[in-house]
Amino acid sequence: MNLVKQIWSELVGMFVDDGALATQIAVLVAAVTGAVKLIGIPPLWAATFLIPGCVVILATSIKRARRK
Amino acid sequence: MLTPSVVSTITAAFLGSFVEVVEAFTIVLAVGITRSWRPALQGAALALALLVVLVLIFGPLFALIPLHVLQFVVGVLLLLFGMRWLRKAILRSAGFIPLHDEAQAFAKETDLLKQQAMDKRADYLAMLTAFKAVLLEGVEVVFIVIAVGTAHGLTFYAGVGALAAVVLVIVIGALVHKPLTQVPENALKFVVGLMLTAFGIFWTGEGLGTEWPGADFMLLGLLVVLGGFSALAVKMKRDTLMSVSAEVAK
Repeated sequence: MNLVKQIWSELVGMFVDDGALATQIAVLVAAVTGAVKLIGIPPLWAATFLIPGCVVILATSIKRARRK
Repeated sequence: MLTPSVVSTITAAFLGSFVEVVEAFTIVLAVGITRSWRPALQGAALALALLVVLVLIFGPLFALIPLHVLQFVVGVLLLLFGMRWLRKAILRSAGFIPLHDEAQAFAKETDLLKQQAMDKRADYLAMLTAFKAVLLEGVEVVFIVIAVGTAHGLTFYAGVGALAAVVLVIVIGALVHKPLTQVPENALKFVVGLMLTAFGIFWTGEGLGTEWPGADFMLLGLLVVLGGFSALAVKMKRDTLMSVSAEVAK
């Protein structure tokens, strides 16, 4: 059971390390998807927004990081 | 034909797998040298067999998922996975977090195995150590292969890249018989982080129905943008660190 738990936490850790980073990526993707599916914005416009969106999220996360 | 998509798929799968296999190799080597090769190889073989079974069970299920849905899901997972790697690589390059050290990982595992040497279950614990290392790193390799290959039907090329990495690490490891400390893991993770993030943006977009201008060549554009930003981020973070160190020294 301990092994299964450990494997599960490693699996989650593959995608979620800095919780805020993962949350912001999820919000960005949800916003872009919503813009396409609900508002009807052309997919290319919305997808293009992913590029600055990811850069800003990464920049914010790096700025927040403390030295270890 | 070697399109940008095929080349980047093989490269990402090879480099990503190489880093993971080096980490697994360090642990298996520690078990083999400290305890004996029997539990080390048994654990590694058992983990590989389990990975093969998992791939055989879940692999065919991907064919049942509509392509756009698959591209979207894989794209989002790649964004999460790739940006996590890229963030760490930037912070490591800037000196904010320590570099991954295979010699240190080897020493830590060796110490632990020595402490367990008198235990009645020492062979079992040693085998379990090798099993866990190969399984956990192997799951990441499988994810990388599926993620960079499936969404464009290039799983074969991704598999070839990963297999080449496995063979190369085993050959080098068998020759040097010590942890592969000379491998520039952070530089490799930096490149893989950039590539996986670029793939993530590309496929999330395609999953939404986007037809990127330039098709596969858009991947190169994404790499340039992300690479430029990352280089700038490393420089700025390094400057911050130096100015803080200078103030402390005053």
